[in-house]
Amino acid sequence: MSTDSHPDGGRRQVRLLIVDDSNIVRRRIERSQRLGEIEVVGTASNGIEALELARRTDPDLVTMDLTMPQMDGIECISRLIELKPSMRILVISALADKATAVQAMEQGANGFLHKPFTDRQLNDAIAELIF
Amino acid sequence: MLREEELKTFVDGTTRYFEVAAQQPATIGSPYLLEGEPAMHDYTGIISISGKREGVVYFTAPRAMLTVLLMKMQENDFSHESMRDLVGEVANTISGNARRDFGHDFVISVPSVLTGDKPDIPHKPGARSFVIPINWRSHSAKLVVSLT
Repeated sequence: MSTDSHPDGGRRQVRLLIVDDSNIVRRRIERSQRLGEIEVVGTASNGIEALELARRTDPDLVTMDLTMPQMDGIECISRLIELKPSMRILVISALADKATAVQAMEQGANGFLHKPFTDRQLNDAIAELIF
Repeated sequence: MLREEELKTFVDGTTRYFEVAAQQPATIGSPYLLEGEPAMHDYTGIISISGKREGVVYFTAPRAMLTVLLMKMQENDFSHESMRDLVGEVANTISGNARRDFGHDFVISVPSVLTGDKPDIPHKPGARSFVIPINWRSHSAKLVVSLT
């Protein structure tokens, strides 16, 4: 994925949806993306909210927690990909076993970042998916 | 039943959490077997474990420590809700990281949070409970691992 050029020569911002059941983690990701080529179009605390927001905001990129109430991240990933196959999904989760990462990728995720993470690790992981 | 050598996974996870999230290492004390009820702090984040192991993992910390942790994370919301959110997230992160060693069948719940110094912690019969003491800056907290 690359940021598309606008007709006026500017670059289109990447539209980011943040999904995590922790307010602190959502704000942390949001703060790290305030500047630059990413526009945060919404935040959600579970998979159901994420699907509703994705329909309304048409994100290009989603950061996705896995362990969440109501609808977990694995199910949400496959539903989001059905909605928009070109969507890029970065899983950000504490679940550190290989099988979980493989399962997320099989559902359609494009990258995996383990919690805890630094701002640099986060920005590098996002950059790998969109630039 | 939880073996002492398995505790290393949780000690390493706790060490990693403070190094990365708080950007300042904690001093982790020697784990000890819990007999009776542990002394609890203001906020306790609990993860229930199911699958091939059963029990709970919980992180209990005083409000003062959580406030400084939030400041280190550049947070400016120090409300009761943020304290609850943070203890749950610490417990979730350390428990989730433990799947690196315990595997996919080490199933963790979403966090639940209790407040006060006498919370009612669920205990699985037959589980052995170990306390991992955590000292960070001038504050003390505990991670308790209670698994079959």
